[in-house]
Amino acid sequence: MTALLERETVPAEAPEPSGRGGLAGPLVKIALLGLVAGLAVWAAFPLIAERAWPGLAVLLVATAGLFYLYAGPRHIPAKYLIPGTLFLIVFQLFPVAYTAATAFTNFSDGHRGDKQEAVVAIQTASVTRVPGSTEYALTVATTGDPATGALTFLVTDPASKVVSAGTPDGLTALPAGDVTVNAAGRVTAAAGYTLLNGGQASARSREITDLAVPTPGGAIRSQGLSRAYEGKAGRAYDAGCDCIRDTTSGKTWTADGEVGAFVAADGERLAQGWRVGVGLANFTRLVSDSAVSGPFARTLVWNLIFALASTGGTFVLGLGCALALHSPRVRGRALYRTLLVLPYAMPSFAMLLVWRDMFNTDFGLINNLFGLDVDWFGGAASARIAVILVQLWLGYPYMFLVATGALQAIPPELSEASRIDGASPWQSLRRVTLPLLLVALTPLLISSFAFNFNNFNAIYLTTDGAPFPADNPANGATDLLITYTYRLAFGGSGAQYGFAAAVSIFIFVIVAVISTVSFRRTRRQEEVYS
Amino acid sequence: MRIRTAGVVTVLALALAASGCSGGGDDPETPTSAAPAGGKLVIWGDDKRAAALKPFAEKFGQENGVTVEVQAISKDQQTTFVTASQQGSGPDVMVGAHDWIGNLVQNGAIDPVQLTAEQLQSLAPNAVKAVTFNGQVYGVPYATENLALIRNTKLAPTAPATIEDLVAQAKKLKADKKASEILCLQVGQNGDAYHAYPLFSSAGGYLFGTTAGGDYDKNDLGIAKPESIAAFKKIQALGEKGAGALKRSITVENSIATFTAGKCAYLVSGPWAITDAKKAKIAYDISPVPGFAGGKPAQPFLGVQSFYVAAKGKNKALAQEFVTNYVTTPELAVALYQAEPRPPVLTAAYDQVKGTDPDLAKFVDAGKNAVPLPAIPEMATVWDPFGKAESAVIAGADPKTALTAAAKTISGQIKP
Repeated sequence: MTALLERETVPAEAPEPSGRGGLAGPLVKIALLGLVAGLAVWAAFPLIAERAWPGLAVLLVATAGLFYLYAGPRHIPAKYLIPGTLFLIVFQLFPVAYTAATAFTNFSDGHRGDKQEAVVAIQTASVTRVPGSTEYALTVATTGDPATGALTFLVTDPASKVVSAGTPDGLTALPAGDVTVNAAGRVTAAAGYTLLNGGQASARSREITDLAVPTPGGAIRSQGLSRAYEGKAGRAYDAGCDCIRDTTSGKTWTADGEVGAFVAADGERLAQGWRVGVGLANFTRLVSDSAVSGPFARTLVWNLIFALASTGGTFVLGLGCALALHSPRVRGRALYRTLLVLPYAMPSFAMLLVWRDMFNTDFGLINNLFGLDVDWFGGAASARIAVILVQLWLGYPYMFLVATGALQAIPPELSEASRIDGASPWQSLRRVTLPLLLVALTPLLISSFAFNFNNFNAIYLTTDGAPFPADNPANGATDLLITYTYRLAFGGSGAQYGFAAAVSIFIFVIVAVISTVSFRRTRRQEEVYS
Repeated sequence: MRIRTAGVVTVLALALAASGCSGGGDDPETPTSAAPAGGKLVIWGDDKRAAALKPFAEKFGQENGVTVEVQAISKDQQTTFVTASQQGSGPDVMVGAHDWIGNLVQNGAIDPVQLTAEQLQSLAPNAVKAVTFNGQVYGVPYATENLALIRNTKLAPTAPATIEDLVAQAKKLKADKKASEILCLQVGQNGDAYHAYPLFSSAGGYLFGTTAGGDYDKNDLGIAKPESIAAFKKIQALGEKGAGALKRSITVENSIATFTAGKCAYLVSGPWAITDAKKAKIAYDISPVPGFAGGKPAQPFLGVQSFYVAAKGKNKALAQEFVTNYVTTPELAVALYQAEPRPPVLTAAYDQVKGTDPDLAKFVDAGKNAVPLPAIPEMATVWDPFGKAESAVIAGADPKTALTAAAKTISGQIKP
């Protein structure tokens, strides 16, 4: 991705006038720098609104740096390097760093925010209506300016029609002559008060929600803009013991900074927790939890087989097609090539789903066409063969395309020369064409391997890991590491981002090791043939 | 010379950017100045709901002098809502299924709502029960959905009283080459706990026990208990090695299509299948999902669509006003029914539409025994392992092995 962006960006900045030259260069430069400035201004306003000063500082420095660099004629090499580097930082380094940081936290459902948010959530959720209390009609009013004056709740008792004014100091009844009440019980005019209309009230929404008028049984709170109720908080935070106390039973849940939750003496946890650092716990869980580590080796072996078979199979098939169509004696090559590329042109998402339905035992095209009764996704071996077949079909056009390109780049004189030297076509292919092809294609093969190693869609959209042995619903025969751990991290009790991040780092290490080793080998190979 | 070029370039670039800014800046400013000063209410729902809500939201905005924005969230509504809420970019009002409540509460994403006794009485009691969690009402329900047995009346004129009756009828049809499948009840490769539950409950199994307060009890997991294993033995008898009524090849994608193609006489599905049945011009009727002979009644899950007040919304007072005082009006409930025909929770709205839509009453009748989908967050750990146990047992695996493994996986993921 970065490479692509880099390629698109650099030439755009490239026309370098260096003092003389035409008018087009400076104009393009002005347009692009104007775009940069516009983007910066666009991004600055939300940052200012959110008071995100570090973010704003980064934005300013980056914009100023870009102007300094491109407005003047100097720093030619940096002009080429900076766009790519910026995109590398934004799209690669930052996500990697963020993932790594997340891996050391308990970030998951129930542990998303900070402790303060958890306390607020617990207290708000515990406010219940006082049994048998009055359901008041509410009008929000103020004695001062509608936009800034202190708020008063004018609440009407629906039975007696008595209106009271509620402030944080308490409730005082208003004389009946001072107020006018409509049929629904809401106050329409009150002496000494300015009533807030819907717009004015909603502009002060937060203050209205926060206002609690103390009463002997609890507090009167608003429910919307036209009703109020008397509620009582069932749980309250006590800073003295750093705990949550139940106001009726007296039970306490003490804050546990290690798990990020309030825990009672009997082990009961409150559901609303917060995000804390957990050190290496997510990584040790990978090793120590038998539900995770048990089927790990088996999954890794199958994962390697899957990636090798997908990459190798598509390569052999794609290369075969490319060689066949490389010969000038084949008629209608353009047509064949177009047809061969078709699977590549179709969206793989949709194709994977279509293939899944084609493998259906009773209604699938494959069984119906060949008169078979194979339970494709029901047996481990058949399910594995099926997903690899699908990968072949989806992947060979890509290999065909790159192999065709690489073949056309090899000078025809070479095979001609080998033919004159008496080599058979096979020998010429084996000794001349293939080695030269591999020099160009090996990096692509390695990246294809890395892609297939983590080919989530290929499994998730077809078998979803099936078949699963009856005694283990968590790990199926076609599960790759990525689908298996996805199920562990997101299939169970909500999303566990911390654990998922630890898993992705782990998978990254595996893929990185394999790729590094392969690239080393490629370099040696290149040295041999170049 | 060089310095001058750099300066000229910079000044021109900034001027260009500034002109671009002023040009684009006009658009967002105009509505703000025209709109009332009251601020904004943001409502999120899925595509269909958002479209139906729009006129009512606008009316609400005019009445209260505020701007109301309805935004459609097409996919992963729950996750999107929780994540956006946490970042402070979430809506004020969310529309969604009631079984999200447990997760939304543990993430502090929604607030309880206080409805008056009168409002609570105007809603269907089982829907109110569904949105009640830890003794608090968390959402204002507006529509329900549950599974029912939909049958092709040309092939099967009478509703079967028991599942055995259904299998016998369907086998006769199959022998006469009138249908190729016994029952279209989606199972799929990895099972489907939602669709299996009516049979599971009829055969005596249970997922979670209930606490004294009536909530589901996460510490009483029923999946590997003897009654659940016995229930799975009965389900196995209907499976691929038994009667052949339950098959893994019948999936979410093909179950309704197979029914509308007339290849099976019976379909277990919900209100969402009716549109297809009507389109295919199938003569159909709706009845409760039949249970096992001599067993308990088959209880489908009850799903309830609700409005929630976002805890981290910017305009909570207005959101509460909308959800508790405006959503409970029949006009809105009828419009939402017209957007997608599911039984309204508001009794007044239901009475208004049931005359024109006889299917509604039949679905409500089929849902008479329905149990609300467990809203506790722990339910999320159940779906996948339970479905896989179902699929394994239907394929012929030992029920005890499969359920013990499922229970082990589930209890391993439930936090203390």
